[in-house]
Amino acid sequence: MTFVRFAVRRAAEMAVTLLAASFVVFGAMYLAPGSPASFLLTGRSASPEALAAINSQYHLDDPFAVRYFAWLGNVLQGDFGRSITYRTDVSRLLADRLPTTLLLITMALFVVVLVGLLLGRVAAVRGGRTDSAVLLATTFAVGTPAFVAAVLLQGLFAVRLGWFPSGGAGDGLVDMVWHLTLPAVALALYLIGMLARVTRSAMLDALGSEHVTVARSRGVPERQVIRRHVFRNSLGTVLTTGGLVVSTLLVCTILVETAFSVGGIGQLLELSTSTKDFPTVQAISLIVVALFMAVNLVVDLLLPLVDPRLTLGSRGSAG
Amino acid sequence: MTAVFTRRPGLRGIRAGGSPLHLVCLGLVALIVTAALLAPWLVPHDPNAVDLGGALAGPSPDHPLGVDAAGRDTLSRLLLGARTSLLGPLGVVVFSTLAGVAVGTAAAWRGGWLDSVLSRSTELVFAFPGLLLAILIIAVYGEGLLAPVVALAVAYLPYVSRLTRSLVLAERARPYVSAYQVQGHSGLQICLRHVLPNIAPVVLAQATVNFGYALMDLAGLSFLGLGVPALTPDWGRMVFDGQTAIQHGYPLSAVLPCVLIVAFNVVGERWADRVARRTP
Amino acid sequence: MSTTPPTDSEKYALQVQGLRITLPGTARNVLDGVDLTVAAGETVALVGESGSGKTLTSRSALGLLPPGALTEGRVDVVGEDVLDISAERLRALRTGTVAMIFQDPRAAINPLRRIGDFLVEGVTLTGSVNQADATARAGELLQDVGVDPSVLRKYPSQVSGGMLQRVMIAAALMGDPSLLLADEPTTALDVTTQAEVVALLIRLQQCFATGLLFVTHDLDLAATISDRVYVMYAGRIAESGPADELFARPRHPYTAALLASTPRPDAPAGRLAAIDGRPPDLRTTLTGCAFAARCPLATEVCEQRQPDLRPAPDRPGHRAACHHTEQLTRSSADA
Repeated sequence: MTFVRFAVRRAAEMAVTLLAASFVVFGAMYLAPGSPASFLLTGRSASPEALAAINSQYHLDDPFAVRYFAWLGNVLQGDFGRSITYRTDVSRLLADRLPTTLLLITMALFVVVLVGLLLGRVAAVRGGRTDSAVLLATTFAVGTPAFVAAVLLQGLFAVRLGWFPSGGAGDGLVDMVWHLTLPAVALALYLIGMLARVTRSAMLDALGSEHVTVARSRGVPERQVIRRHVFRNSLGTVLTTGGLVVSTLLVCTILVETAFSVGGIGQLLELSTSTKDFPTVQAISLIVVALFMAVNLVVDLLLPLVDPRLTLGSRGSAG
Repeated sequence: MTAVFTRRPGLRGIRAGGSPLHLVCLGLVALIVTAALLAPWLVPHDPNAVDLGGALAGPSPDHPLGVDAAGRDTLSRLLLGARTSLLGPLGVVVFSTLAGVAVGTAAAWRGGWLDSVLSRSTELVFAFPGLLLAILIIAVYGEGLLAPVVALAVAYLPYVSRLTRSLVLAERARPYVSAYQVQGHSGLQICLRHVLPNIAPVVLAQATVNFGYALMDLAGLSFLGLGVPALTPDWGRMVFDGQTAIQHGYPLSAVLPCVLIVAFNVVGERWADRVARRTP
Repeated sequence: MSTTPPTDSEKYALQVQGLRITLPGTARNVLDGVDLTVAAGETVALVGESGSGKTLTSRSALGLLPPGALTEGRVDVVGEDVLDISAERLRALRTGTVAMIFQDPRAAINPLRRIGDFLVEGVTLTGSVNQADATARAGELLQDVGVDPSVLRKYPSQVSGGMLQRVMIAAALMGDPSLLLADEPTTALDVTTQAEVVALLIRLQQCFATGLLFVTHDLDLAATISDRVYVMYAGRIAESGPADELFARPRHPYTAALLASTPRPDAPAGRLAAIDGRPPDLRTTLTGCAFAARCPLATEVCEQRQPDLRPAPDRPGHRAACHHTEQLTRSSADA
């Protein structure tokens, strides 16, 4: 029962922060220097009638509060307004591009979790030279921004070796995966380094704990000791980085999609920022913030399942 | 009261221990900083001088590091680019540290409604990743150097202010503060002369870490064409411009800035790590 | 290889012979020629200050040594030298023949796994017993130690420290051990639960007829529960003998000093004698008797020559490593 109450309270807190974030996202655009109408006309001089038409089409004459709540109401129904650049509904634009970005992020996340956990685990368990090698590799990985990785991978594997396409998103699932492999690796590189280091240090902490010695003293085979007592106990720490991992993926996908011209949400954000397509920028910003917060919420709710000590006092109802 | 300073996890505990990698990076960084300071006297060419005939050429006596796709000298752009690429993060760090310390100290010292208002807004800013906030502000105020720097300063401010707040709270509980209060020193005086010098090392460690992240984020923005203006030499911009050069098999103009960015991050992490280990 | 004929060694649950252990970064042996036996069904106490090597001695019976440790001598558990057997045999030994009860049950039991998991993992993961049988056995043992079997489904953070130590005892009995090692099993507990846990341990030890090596720094406790006592100082056995004799007539000045420094209600007030000085540092070498620097009876010979462990003339089971042990028996007789 306490678990449910906890979940409800965290969700409510998240809703409040999200509301504030939406206010920031909308308010920022309202504060832009010059009237929005002049952006829409992009420097062209217009007749007063045309200006008035634009003002009424985009409800620019209404007071701020009215426009904010109208916008918020629409957003809650999935209507993010019309893109100024593309002259279509923003939701249409998003619907076209979201699958590509989600596939890219999923692939990257898969690589990050698989390789990151594996490297961290191997480094912690083997120690010695393996550990040094992993530390060296991850030092490079965490020092390399996603766009640098993207350009280098593109130069090597797409241009020089020709193993992968150098850009675009492809058609059909297999072709998309094929096209998105290099971008996903570029996106994953930094996080692989990060996760490997987190896993390594969490496992080293666990390896040093008394209960691991006890398990060994009771004849539990070493492989099981690592799995059941060391790796298992490091998962809580690894999980707390979940929010950061996903927000990094969301933000870096802007850079990587641009580098590979993938044509997803990230590249759309870059394009609409340089063309001052406010509704699109607002929509994508809000989605990124909401996803980030949603992941943090999920992590908060999962943590008690991974670490039963956190449900202390709730009489194990979360188990 | 735990005053842990915020780093992206996993960057903790890099122990290269005077490893060759770290030394190479350190040498590179020292070289580049010196070169950036002396750049106006060192650069062999105007960074924007276009030599279309020699575009996409490899290293030659005239252009030791080659020429990019637009026929501009890579060495000159690299050295002058160092100034923009390093000044930007410096601005972010100075802004965010000064403002963050002020906000954090005020919140801790005054407490009450001020503290709760500041804590709430901190949480809100945390919901926006730095790069996203920068993009949002650039969308409103247009491209240029100032807008992204201010945006990132705002994004990094909560890390500094949260740290400062917890440090000041711990410091304030120590007996010497009440001793000064009894002697009639004002709160501002005590903060400036005693509290701030005491917490400075930890705050500086946070600032160092932030420098590395700001370097990455600003270079990323330049790469998107949203940072510095098009003609200003900048590493992120060079990587972006260099993509064409890579495709034609002349990777130097894009790869070299990458190497420098990575070197700076490796050194920055190491240094922050040392400061972090020295402070409790 | 170690198929020793069923003679002398078989009747001992534990037989340590001339055990020396060297650790990296120390100037002398951490354990320096330890001889110790625990007969089947016998309770033996190992007493000493922290750092005297008593924990290391008990852990060596499990082959549980710190990384980098170099060993010399034998540690026979039911006739099998744990310092010289295959990893396979050692694991089998650990799941069955020997079991240890650790000091702090909170630290010793993985907080993220259910108590039931902890109880059965030693025997099930090696494939000797199936899950259902092991769980049934765990339930019975929990009842034996006075804990409701419903804790099988609980996590360690949901039960008290005293209860967790009972779980620990039950876990130690899972493999029907011939030898139980208890490393200060009550130190981390409340005073009220300490007595209960000790009583339980003794009852079960008698009931299952296992040898018990009880490591403690509590002399009174050692006197109460054990048949024989070993007193350790700086990695060596200072004195050993039947519990009542050793405490009534100590033959080593260190034992005497320990007894004098233990507060007891019947002693005259204000006469609590602390032992001056500290145990010798591991980074220094020792030439003579390790206790010489703190000993009131020390003479030149103590600095120069290490005393051997010699039996008392009238009592062969009571041995002490002291050059001046006769002086001590005389003076305590006078007192």
